[in-house]
Amino acid sequence: MSYELIFDVKRGDFDTAGEASRKIKRTLQQLGVSNKVIRKVSIAGYEGEMNLAIHSSGGKILLEVGEEELVLTIEDSGPGIANIDLAMTAGWSTAGDEVRQMGFGAGMGLPNMKNNADNFQISSKVGEGTKIVMKFLV
Amino acid sequence: MKVSELLENKEFKCLNPQVGIEGVIQSGYVGDLLSWVMANAGNGCAWATIQTHVNIIAVATLLEMTCVIIPEGAEVEESTLERAIIEDIPIITTGLNAYEVCKILGNAGI
Repeated sequence: MSYELIFDVKRGDFDTAGEASRKIKRTLQQLGVSNKVIRKVSIAGYEGEMNLAIHSSGGKILLEVGEEELVLTIEDSGPGIANIDLAMTAGWSTAGDEVRQMGFGAGMGLPNMKNNADNFQISSKVGEGTKIVMKFLV
Repeated sequence: MKVSELLENKEFKCLNPQVGIEGVIQSGYVGDLLSWVMANAGNGCAWATIQTHVNIIAVATLLEMTCVIIPEGAEVEESTLERAIIEDIPIITTGLNAYEVCKILGNAGI
């Protein structure tokens, strides 16, 4: 990979959440990536960032830029997802009322990521954490 | 239709007049579920939402929206306006409801 960016996202940090996605977007614009790909990475990145803020005990976002693809990795240190198939179901969410009132927790985060990535891999272990790797062709 | 032309209608007021208002509104979108908006709103749209917290600016910026319209006089948080100034997104308030906003945008050819 020719370029890498890494961001920390804390649990409950809604006021700055979106910051990593904005920086990723600006970087891709500076690198001359097409608007179509930037939109996909922005949507997937924002969903990942918000998932870290809403659901995880904190995590990281890593962007790797290669000549043929971009790889976005969202990794956290817990609590993990017990049933990934259920979590991937549109409309299913464990978000609480407070978060839902802010317009989050629609159960669309993971499906939005999958729909926008050219390749989507998720692995999770309860008590350990979740790792999502998304690839985007450029 | 430019944002400045929308603001000629006295029903609408820009809450952060420091930002540029010459952006062209290419389409409209109404929604309060942020993931749904992320998935479906178009670039260059005017987005009507009653969400007023700072994350609406992240959504508007990432989707390159032209402006955000807050209907029915919902109060907008100061942190949202501060972020909107940094990101150059006009935040427009109106006493109209979202449907009435859409009628005005539609009548303007959007």
